[in-house]
Amino acid sequence: MNTRIIRRPAAVIALGAAAALALAGCATATPEQGAEPAVAGQSVTITDAWVKAADEGMSAAFGDLANTGDSDVTLVSVTSPASTSMQLHETVDDGSGSMVMQEKEGGFTIPAGGALTLEPGGNHLMLMDLTAPIVAGDEIEFTLTFSDGSDYTFTAPAKDYSGANETYTGDDMKMGGNG
Amino acid sequence: MAPARNAGSGRGVGRRQLLIGGAVAGLGAAAAIGADLALTAQDRASSTPTGGAEAVTGGETIAFHGPHQAGIATVPQAHAAFIGLDLAPSTSRDGLRRMMRILTDDAARLTQGEAALADSEAELAAAPARLTVTFGFGPGLVARAGGAAPDWLAPLPAFTIDRLEDAWSGGDLLIEIASDDPLTVAHTARMLLKDARRFATVRWRQDGFRRARGTEQPGTTMRNLFGQVDGTVNPTPGTQDFDAVVWATDGWVAGGTSLVIRRIRMTLDTWDELDRSGREQSIGRTLSNGAPLTGTQETDEPDFTAVGAVGFPVIPDFAHMRRARGDGAERIYRRSYNYDLPPTGNGVSESGLIFASYQADVTAQFLPIQRRLDELDLLNKWTIPIGSAVFAIPPGCDNGGYIGDTLLAY
Repeated sequence: MNTRIIRRPAAVIALGAAAALALAGCATATPEQGAEPAVAGQSVTITDAWVKAADEGMSAAFGDLANTGDSDVTLVSVTSPASTSMQLHETVDDGSGSMVMQEKEGGFTIPAGGALTLEPGGNHLMLMDLTAPIVAGDEIEFTLTFSDGSDYTFTAPAKDYSGANETYTGDDMKMGGNG
Repeated sequence: MAPARNAGSGRGVGRRQLLIGGAVAGLGAAAAIGADLALTAQDRASSTPTGGAEAVTGGETIAFHGPHQAGIATVPQAHAAFIGLDLAPSTSRDGLRRMMRILTDDAARLTQGEAALADSEAELAAAPARLTVTFGFGPGLVARAGGAAPDWLAPLPAFTIDRLEDAWSGGDLLIEIASDDPLTVAHTARMLLKDARRFATVRWRQDGFRRARGTEQPGTTMRNLFGQVDGTVNPTPGTQDFDAVVWATDGWVAGGTSLVIRRIRMTLDTWDELDRSGREQSIGRTLSNGAPLTGTQETDEPDFTAVGAVGFPVIPDFAHMRRARGDGAERIYRRSYNYDLPPTGNGVSESGLIFASYQADVTAQFLPIQRRLDELDLLNKWTIPIGSAVFAIPPGCDNGGYIGDTLLAY
């Protein structure tokens, strides 16, 4: 982590420090150690991460991703012990005016110095087929994998949430809900 | 106290000032918008007698993290909601830990003007207006946690004056929310109760108010709906005296305190029958400025030995102040709020006081006072305790901890 900070311009260091402080309260990030040059997993942070509590079936995780590095990064997959299968989802108009969720082809690109918001009704990390109930107050671990093969692991608290019940394309199932 | 994520005051304000600064910088190219802003400023100036813009205080914050929970030594905010909850039968010790982690995170964010995680009305969090959230544990929660309850953590003994209603009494968990802005109180209550819903149900909620922010100098002793100055002899927060009266020193409550909440109905319709001198004698203080009947200033020490022309005490034997004071050995810290609800039947008021008393030890400090008032206090003629609850207020926490971790962590 130190080597990463040393390479950055002052403004970016300040941003990184603020993000690290914010994380201490809600989620812990453990970027993998990597060799030069900087890898995606070391320049991405998440703040305000949380996952919707659900008894079974599907759920979703949210948060604010930031790319503090000098290169664009592409998030291509996500895994979690809480789910046998996870997908990156986006919101699209299905052509009839309804917004539906579907898997994001090619993953999410976060531009250098840019951000990606994961939120109910928008882009999110989709958990299919939960391995166990996710109960409010649980801490759930997620690992993001980027196109360069690097990854980034964080934990997110589970919260009860009545929203995020969207329909998914090709699947009329609803998300697990509060149960 | 560790350097907190939300350390310092007015972080929200700072961010807003930055944003405004950015907007102003962009105004050079937008003359029309600039003119509109100038007009708005002019309108504001002309409607304010002092000629200046009114102070906007919604961005003010009270630090959440620290050795003590906020909302006790804090200068009382204008509005407060006291919410008593019953734990769900399924809520285990582990559940308590998860609940308090979530509620602590919500409170830490909301008090600093930031939305809680999963906050569906995030914009309502932007104006904390000195928001504080204070948590208390009733006997049931401590038992569920398998913890050792302080001796004083139990329902108060029955008093002859009590007409207690279950609807206002007891409770396993207390959430006290206070802010100068009632919309902020409402949003905070909704957010916290949504997150507590899995673990606990609302047993009672008591909403109270004081003077609006800006109506009086901060720190002015409150008046109750009898018109009395109420709370004159409170210890002053920030003094050793206050610390000794309020903060507990033993076990998991060390750095915390106890809270006795008494809901006291005030029968204003019969109080109306009492003339001014009778009202002043019932309390032992003047209505005009709260001075003892033997003095001229609110803070004057009463002379309980002074007698009038015909030999009766100036401060009567039955006066509330004399009875409450006793020999002065027992002291408490009051932080009460008024309530005023729609009347029922032929009455025109359903009003009273949410009496909130903090002290290190309920048995040693609060109970002797309450016993004396139960035996004799003319004010009892117009006041009826209809609710009663006792909570242990855990200490504060640092940025990595959560409220209650001294009870629940191991």
